[in-house]
Amino acid sequence: MTTSVDRVAGPAPARRPPGVLRRLRKDWWIYLFLLPTVLGYGAYTVYPLVASWWFALLDWPGFADQGTFVGIENFERLVADDLFWNSFRNSLVFLVCAVPLRVGLALVLALLLNRRNTPFKGFLRTLYFLPVVTTGAIIGVAFTLLLDAGGPISLALVESGLLDSPVNFVADTGTSLFSGAAVWVWKWLGITMIYWLAALQTIPQEVHEAAMIDGAGPGREFVHITLPLLIPFLVIITLIDTVGALNVFDLLYTLTAGGPAFSSEVIEIFIFRTAFGATVPQLGYASAAAVLFGLITMGIAVAQALGVRWARRATGAMR
Amino acid sequence: MLVARPGNLMIFVGLLLLALMWIYPFVWLLSASLKTQPEIFGSGLGLIPDEPIWENYVRAWTVVGFDRYFLNTVLITGGTVLLIVVRSALAGYVLGRHRFIGKKLLIGIFVVTFFLPEGYTIIPVVQLTDQLGLLNTYVGVILGLGAGGHVSATLLYAGYFSGLPKELEECARLDGAGPFRIFFRIMLPLSGPITATVVILTFLFAWNTYLLPLVFTLSEPGMRTLAVGMTAFVGEYSTDWSGLAAAAMIALVPVMAVFIALQRKFVDSIAGAVKQ
Repeated sequence: MTTSVDRVAGPAPARRPPGVLRRLRKDWWIYLFLLPTVLGYGAYTVYPLVASWWFALLDWPGFADQGTFVGIENFERLVADDLFWNSFRNSLVFLVCAVPLRVGLALVLALLLNRRNTPFKGFLRTLYFLPVVTTGAIIGVAFTLLLDAGGPISLALVESGLLDSPVNFVADTGTSLFSGAAVWVWKWLGITMIYWLAALQTIPQEVHEAAMIDGAGPGREFVHITLPLLIPFLVIITLIDTVGALNVFDLLYTLTAGGPAFSSEVIEIFIFRTAFGATVPQLGYASAAAVLFGLITMGIAVAQALGVRWARRATGAMR
Repeated sequence: MLVARPGNLMIFVGLLLLALMWIYPFVWLLSASLKTQPEIFGSGLGLIPDEPIWENYVRAWTVVGFDRYFLNTVLITGGTVLLIVVRSALAGYVLGRHRFIGKKLLIGIFVVTFFLPEGYTIIPVVQLTDQLGLLNTYVGVILGLGAGGHVSATLLYAGYFSGLPKELEECARLDGAGPFRIFFRIMLPLSGPITATVVILTFLFAWNTYLLPLVFTLSEPGMRTLAVGMTAFVGEYSTDWSGLAAAAMIALVPVMAVFIALQRKFVDSIAGAVKQ
């Protein structure tokens, strides 16, 4: 009985959109579920994002002290600070050298490992992947030994005649940043290779067979079929790796500490040194650098997100 | 097709040589950790020690205080993984399966802050932790590592939960189950595969993280993690190569062992995360 009455009377009130307050009251448990994330994310991600801007306007010599408001003075100093631009340039050089190398080399490896007639794929994949799971800071320390003048890499290069005399790669202003980039590529190549393997698996087998029937060789098949299908992935993977290349503090700080003579000091190390490394911390000044750094990272992320959209549309149009 | 054509064989040999180069640094570390100091420099590129010197490990463990660092790392990693799993599962469930006021705003905030670098947030995070009185405590480090960020974990849960059939909840609701019963009795037990993924990814993050524990423990050496302790050790003992190599092995072996034991799951987790 009651059900038939409900069925008749039911639709009329339901058609009226429920009020905001009623929905909030009905869904109270949803907000309870969200509470830990909203509180944590609010305090440890959104608040720092906003607070950095405020801190950047302060002269603030330590956490125990109160900062004094100085307006945009920190930014003015930053723009005139050669060491800031030096770290900015180093970050950029690191990015431009290391990211294409990591993305490209990983693609080559993924293509070779994806061939049906390559044996022991799983085993090889494990070996390439191993450095990914290791601790960046420990790897940095370990490579100070490996890249030392008395270490095995210098020794091997001297014995094979590629070097005249032993070189301490991390203590040389000409090679420190590039050593860091090389170690970074070595450590993270495996994960990019896995991204590429996942991307290659999205290409249906029929496409490959159709290309074979049409008489396309492996080279032509790659250029005309595989590569266009991979372009959206290329943009995403490059984005992930670029953001990764801006987060190299652990590896570079333990490998070179930004030295010698600031030759490998990237923005993150500059911020750390200004905020925590100096005898008199300059928290406001470091915050100003962090704000600029954050803006640059987000700018790159937005540009690449637009790139993803563009690439999707372009490949969509081709189909 | 698997017949060894010369081209295929060449490619395989090339890949194998490169793979050996890839793990050479670890092999060298292991070798150096078992050699005497003069032997490291004297024996050139030879990898086999004359006689394994296990005393290097004893020295690293006791002199560096790695026993304490190891415990710190385990506690901090465990707490961080637990925090991220709990809050991501709860938030991912409602984001993936329910509509509510403010959902678009929340997702918008997640998207905007997705790629925020750690270096950007570290100063306010220290200041906040200081004001909460949590500097130099496990809780402080765990909150700093796990309370914010990790949007990807939430999105992984949201994606997974949204893929489960609708009938599950409808049946339970007909049986009179409320949202909490539905979540804890039905949804959470079904989330095993994605929980494994999130645990692996956050375990790697927490075990390997460096900047935040470094900054948080600048004034409190007893709270150092393995990564921080190792780098502090370098300053004092930079000439003790065999000790350093042994210390590095102690820090690296646990995470590599976990990886090798669970490697299929590792690789699938990472590939799955990027596909999403």
